[in-house]
Amino acid sequence: MSHRETMLPALPAPPEAARRFTTSRLIGNVTLGIWLAAAIGIVLFIIDSWSIEKLTKYGPNLISGLGVTLTLVSISVVLGGILSLPLAYARMTKNKVLSWLAYIYVYFFRGTPLITQLFLIYYGFGTFRPYLEAIGLWTFFRDAWFCALLTFTLNTAAYQAEILRGAIQSVPRGQHEGSAALGLPRRIAFFKIILPQAMIVALRPYGNEIILMIKGSAIVAIVTVFDLMGETRRAFSRTYDFQMYLWAAILYLIMVEILRNLWAWIENRLTRHLKR
Amino acid sequence: MQAAFAALSSLLSWIATTIDPLCGPIGVFRLFASGTLLSCGDVGWGDEIAFGFMITTSLALCTLPIGLFFGFFIALAKQSEEKSLRLATDIYTTIFRGLPELLTLFIVYYGLQILAQQFMAGLGYEGAVEINAFVAGMIALGVVFSAYCSEVLLSAFKAIPRGQYEAGDALGLRRGRTMRLIILPQLVRIALPGLGNLWMALLKDTALVSVIGLPDILRQTGIAARVTKNAFEFFSIACLLFLVLAMLSSLVFSALERWTKRSEAAR
Repeated sequence: MSHRETMLPALPAPPEAARRFTTSRLIGNVTLGIWLAAAIGIVLFIIDSWSIEKLTKYGPNLISGLGVTLTLVSISVVLGGILSLPLAYARMTKNKVLSWLAYIYVYFFRGTPLITQLFLIYYGFGTFRPYLEAIGLWTFFRDAWFCALLTFTLNTAAYQAEILRGAIQSVPRGQHEGSAALGLPRRIAFFKIILPQAMIVALRPYGNEIILMIKGSAIVAIVTVFDLMGETRRAFSRTYDFQMYLWAAILYLIMVEILRNLWAWIENRLTRHLKR
Repeated sequence: MQAAFAALSSLLSWIATTIDPLCGPIGVFRLFASGTLLSCGDVGWGDEIAFGFMITTSLALCTLPIGLFFGFFIALAKQSEEKSLRLATDIYTTIFRGLPELLTLFIVYYGLQILAQQFMAGLGYEGAVEINAFVAGMIALGVVFSAYCSEVLLSAFKAIPRGQYEAGDALGLRRGRTMRLIILPQLVRIALPGLGNLWMALLKDTALVSVIGLPDILRQTGIAARVTKNAFEFFSIACLLFLVLAMLSSLVFSALERWTKRSEAAR
């Protein structure tokens, strides 16, 4: 029987297989190149039409517009959240009339564009001016900002009611039965067992809804509210400088990305116990 | 050739007027609203609104295939092994899902106009260049739709097990045939609810195109509202028309879903 007396000399590592130049790699590089070219083009365009007067004149306006957008969205999301609670309850109750009314409400606000709802409230309620004046509500409906707030609140309430209902109904039946078996009162079972599990399901849709509201709020610019979009439009109509829209785009993207990452972090944190 | 085109267009317009659900021979407005503000003809606003209805539906219907087409290939690129391709498509979806649709529309409308103007000026043409609002709307909505669509399709792709691709390989099918015969039918079945939601969103987003001057439902009812001072009625009609469209599409989508699931065992 033969065996080796010495160690085999170390062999060099096999040559690295060259990465093949595939079609997808070509397409990927070309599209990345297009993006790069677009980015450079935009930067060059901004440098080309750069002027410090424009920035000092319209920059603060854009920032105040950003503030208007954020206040409008945050107030309407909170108010809509409050309004969505009775709506979701009405959607889930066994009372036929109540659930039908809630269904019609939700269907109307989810089935029509936000902009038509806004027009309906802002321009449409202007038709009833004498009645509104008589009951003292005209100052409310005369102001575009309040009309936008009302529209957004009603709209997001419909969406949030559906999110809430879906989340509550996604909790398995066994959880109800388990709490009943433990002899918990229905109210406590709902708040301590059903709702916490439902909220985890609802978290992501809620985040999406807030992002949709931020994006949707741009339409208030059309009814003369000077939010970020409105200020941008005003600046553009005065200067005919396209970079105003690019600034607005960057601001919107930053807002949405911050919110998206924040939501991903929150979700990650709240679902620690579900991960293995 | 010219005559053929003229004949074709007149045939198309004849078909459009005959089956027009609002102002056609058996249209709603003609049957129930004659003599009111909504009557068809020179007196009422029915025919204008019917035209807007047609513009809205045709814009949505024209955008859908474009968005689906690009969305499909973006979804494919997103699951490619190639890093640069994934990065490029991620940039695309991040931008167009993050921007408000209205802003995208403005950027496409004015940006294209500026680009076209500079291009024509480079060619030596000094004059105003105008971009068609319908085309601008189609591009902007199509881009947004494709960004969302790619996400829906990507998650549908992920729901299809690897074994299905391997089965295609084992049968000796080429990549394209595997995709067409094995993957796509399952993909449609999984992605259909998500695509239905996107279609509804698209339908609602078409209302934004009225802002850049396309005579869609909202713009036509807006003009009628301003002229007649009956804003509430006309904007209610706009809402109602959108609701009708939403109802029709949910009917179509539930039929489609039933059709794609016909192979599954009845329960």
